[in-house]
Amino acid sequence: MPEAPMRELTFAQAVREALAEEMRRDERVCILGEDVAEAGTPFKVLSGLVEEFGTSRVIDTPISEAGFTGVAVGAAMTGLRPVVDIMFGDFLTLTMDQMVHQAAKVHYMSGGKWKVPMVLRTTLGATRRSAAQHSQSLQAWFSHVPGLKVVIPSTPADAKGLLKTAIRDDNPVVFFEDKMMHHKLKGPVPAGEYTIPFGVADIKRVGEDISLVATSSMVQIALGAAEMLASIGISAEVVDPRTLWPLDEKTMIESVKKTSRAIVLDEGYGRYGVTAELAAVIAEGAFYSLDGPVLRMGAMHVPIPFSPPLEDLTVVTSKDVFEAARKLCGKG
Amino acid sequence: MMDATGKTVEVPTLPAERSIDAYRQMVRIRLFEDQVNELYKRGIMPGLAHLYSGEEAIAVGICEALNREDYITSTHRGHGHCLAKGAEPDLMFAELLGKEAGYCRGKGGSMHIADPATGNLGANAIVGGSFGIATGAAFASKQLKNGRVAVCFFGEGALGQGLFYEELNLAQLWKLPVIYVCENNLYNEYTHFSEATAGDICARATAFAVQAETVDGQSVETVYATAKRLIDRARRGEGPAFLLCNTYRYTGHHVGDINREYYRPKQEELEWKTKRDPILLQGAKLIEQGIADQAALDGIQAEALIEMKAAVEFAVAAPYPGPEEVEMHVYA
Repeated sequence: MPEAPMRELTFAQAVREALAEEMRRDERVCILGEDVAEAGTPFKVLSGLVEEFGTSRVIDTPISEAGFTGVAVGAAMTGLRPVVDIMFGDFLTLTMDQMVHQAAKVHYMSGGKWKVPMVLRTTLGATRRSAAQHSQSLQAWFSHVPGLKVVIPSTPADAKGLLKTAIRDDNPVVFFEDKMMHHKLKGPVPAGEYTIPFGVADIKRVGEDISLVATSSMVQIALGAAEMLASIGISAEVVDPRTLWPLDEKTMIESVKKTSRAIVLDEGYGRYGVTAELAAVIAEGAFYSLDGPVLRMGAMHVPIPFSPPLEDLTVVTSKDVFEAARKLCGKG
Repeated sequence: MMDATGKTVEVPTLPAERSIDAYRQMVRIRLFEDQVNELYKRGIMPGLAHLYSGEEAIAVGICEALNREDYITSTHRGHGHCLAKGAEPDLMFAELLGKEAGYCRGKGGSMHIADPATGNLGANAIVGGSFGIATGAAFASKQLKNGRVAVCFFGEGALGQGLFYEELNLAQLWKLPVIYVCENNLYNEYTHFSEATAGDICARATAFAVQAETVDGQSVETVYATAKRLIDRARRGEGPAFLLCNTYRYTGHHVGDINREYYRPKQEELEWKTKRDPILLQGAKLIEQGIADQAALDGIQAEALIEMKAAVEFAVAAPYPGPEEVEMHVYA
């Protein structure tokens, strides 16, 4: 990241700034989604964009996730660079054919002749008291599909730089934002123009004894755990892959080779999930440096319940990570 | 001729020269498909193919009314659409045989031929999979004001897919230049369409206030005249249209579907082939109108046969892609 004057922005402000800058830079960029214009989305992430760019570029759609995602695929093939807004990540299931069979495969199936430069922005994360159909974190599903790129930023600065890269990329990119971070997480964002390349992990905290490899919402959880661990003399390194595909395997493996222990954190389901893949990469790449098993921590394998005390049980906390790390380091 | 509102409208007709071209195109498609069937029977073609024989007047009539830079999307039964839009038979056969010289470097095959040079956005092996792409191409045409029209070819089997109705809604709301061309060949795979289609087909489009018309899909001049009017209307910004073309699939669902009596009688096939054949009908018309004589028509047949045989020879001799191709074009 360039050395530039910093400002404090929320995650939502950083996303909006990235979109506004790219729309000013390239008139082919347009936004399609439910209540994205005057309403600025129910999460108020896009507020103000329609005032600057008009309803011909910030386009309200009917409640037709498959329909407008399909439009974006065709429009991307024929000269636009659409950014689709899927309000809740759960609704990605409605876009599956368009993303998995169309967007992801058009370039390959056509022998490289057609391209699909589109971005699908969506959300992940529980604890909003929204129950089982508005709380899932489905990034693993899309990471499984060749032809898609998957971006999962954890800070406002990363969100801005990665979203600008996503919009400039010639491939379909799925961009996951933790909906709980939109207005709650503030952070320094460089004032000037910058982008962040895909496939480059970021070490959010340097440590020696254990690597906490965490994505999106789990980065703050890992940083909280690292703080607690420091108080008992354990130095934790927090590694954020930032993009699930392409994946910076090297940085994760190097970190674990140094620390000899690893816990992998992602808010999606643990089974067959992102954590499983990251743990396998670490086990394959750093096996002979490991002093213990690579642990996975993700959402409990249940539909997300509504009742607050039940919902809270399903999501990993800093305390959970602290306890697990302490045991792994032999200080339990 | 008067339209539904009683207004007199001009009926576009093909000039003599182009009605011979239309005949030639239909013959080329028929003979192409005959060669495909031969390749299958000789065991040379990997996989299966779905033949367009019997339905040629639709692809040819529609594409005669399109410009080269206009877009089409096609289906698993798509060879006719690709040829009618200008694809070269040698590169198509090469694709069918999985050769590097093919339109998609052998990576798409019979069901995925795509060709930007002729505006072919690609054939789709998901039934109804192209509704979004075609609508999106029309959306981009409108945004970019480039005057292009998109035609979405699909079989009546795709009427069961929900995406169609999402796209009809969007196309009409946004007045997009897209024509949805439904080829009703009477059979959803092995099931008569009446067993799978409730209500009136055109009413599905008119429910969205999309202009809907029905034509005899065996008459290339009728298809052309109707399509031309709807395409011109779409190009003027007057919105999408739905064109139902009644036709018949001469062969099985795919080349291997030989014993068909359990779902349709041989007598039915015979009647369509002898009384409603689009090539015979157009040939008779050309002779009757004094545009061509039988010798000229025979000449067209002979020329097309030579072309197709040479194209097959080219494809059979062409090399397969090297192993380095397998990971190429996953990402742009």
